[in-house]
Amino acid sequence: MNQEPAESSIVVCPDGPLIVRGDFDIVTPSGTPVPRQRQTVALCRCGASAIKPYCDGTHKMIKFRTEPPAT
Amino acid sequence: MKIPEPRGPITSTLFRALTCTPGSDDGAAAVEDLRLLATPKAYKDIIGDDDVQLALFCLYELHYSGLEGVSDEWEWEPGLIHLRRLMERPFEAALRAAAASAAGEINVPPAAELTSDAVADILFGLAASDTGPSVSRFVAKKATLDQLQEFLIHKSIYQLKEADPHTWAIPRLTGRPKAALVEIQADEYGGGRPERMHSALFARTMRGLDMDDQYGAYVDAVPAVSLAAVNMMSLFGLNRRLRGAITGHLALYEMTSSQPNRLYGNGFRRHGFDAEVTRYFDEHVEADAVHEQIAGRDLAGGLVEAEPGLLADVLFGATAAMAIDGRMSTHLLASWENGVTSLRAAVPAAA
Repeated sequence: MNQEPAESSIVVCPDGPLIVRGDFDIVTPSGTPVPRQRQTVALCRCGASAIKPYCDGTHKMIKFRTEPPAT
Repeated sequence: MKIPEPRGPITSTLFRALTCTPGSDDGAAAVEDLRLLATPKAYKDIIGDDDVQLALFCLYELHYSGLEGVSDEWEWEPGLIHLRRLMERPFEAALRAAAASAAGEINVPPAAELTSDAVADILFGLAASDTGPSVSRFVAKKATLDQLQEFLIHKSIYQLKEADPHTWAIPRLTGRPKAALVEIQADEYGGGRPERMHSALFARTMRGLDMDDQYGAYVDAVPAVSLAAVNMMSLFGLNRRLRGAITGHLALYEMTSSQPNRLYGNGFRRHGFDAEVTRYFDEHVEADAVHEQIAGRDLAGGLVEAEPGLLADVLFGATAAMAIDGRMSTHLLASWENGVTSLRAAVPAAA
């Protein structure tokens, strides 16, 4: 399938955050914009960030893993 | 910035040259004296050599914002480029030796498995293995107001031109790593808003502590190792052959930044400073969590995917950053825990 890339993309970083790039809004459930300082953002995926919804690198401290451990 | 105080025969002769007109008899005589002074020799500890590091710092500065009262024509004067190269070679050798001892064993997967994510994994592993002394914990919990100012003085040598040395690499890259570096640098430079440039945020922090925020205002106060940390970046950035090293350096910097900056901010909050002063640190907690992913995967990782032969230099850049930062941290903590200043005692120039 040959198509133009989408306007925005989400990069799923192994053991890390979601990097969101492109044209999008981050809003609360009621639609209020969440303060945002940059074009490309990293969204917390481990739940431990102190600045959610953004990532602050804490996933490295808690050894967050996105893949189940190999058996 | 102003021409600093000389720290030995190389800098005193260099500064004599720089105050002449390039091509004048006096200028040519000073350049000839420099050539004789900087003949290749064995340095005992070039990373800690005040005269060499200050000379390199000022020679590189000709490529950045220049020096007050110095003709821009000096930037590409062959005699000065020659002098720079004479000092860069042993400096690079010393960095490679320090990097090798900081690195330990690095497990590198076979070339066929060297994806960008695998390169990022290696770099994240290196960053996590850096268990050296922690300036950030000291700043968070113990630093006095004077020590916070000293901390800013050391950092000001780089942070007031933050990101500039890595920008040299942009035209040396193509495709994915180039796009990654431009994306990071655009953020470093405020995303189009000059007041949000990281260097401007740092200047605001300095003003909040009633410090001089002019670029280079404190060069005379810092020891050789503080200059060496910045010279390392200029060396990597200005030499195309070291483009792997500058990307590894940036990746390692970004990967060891978010949490320390949270702690730095805590140290200033502990002394009652508000968000105006801590914004620089708060900004880095968030920004560098983005940058570390882009720098690890797309910049360094993307570069190694395109040019697998550059992996060794990517790792060199990362581990050299660890080594010099470790040396800097050891110096700061040893000084502060003994209740003495980490800054340079004002010594008269030994010409």
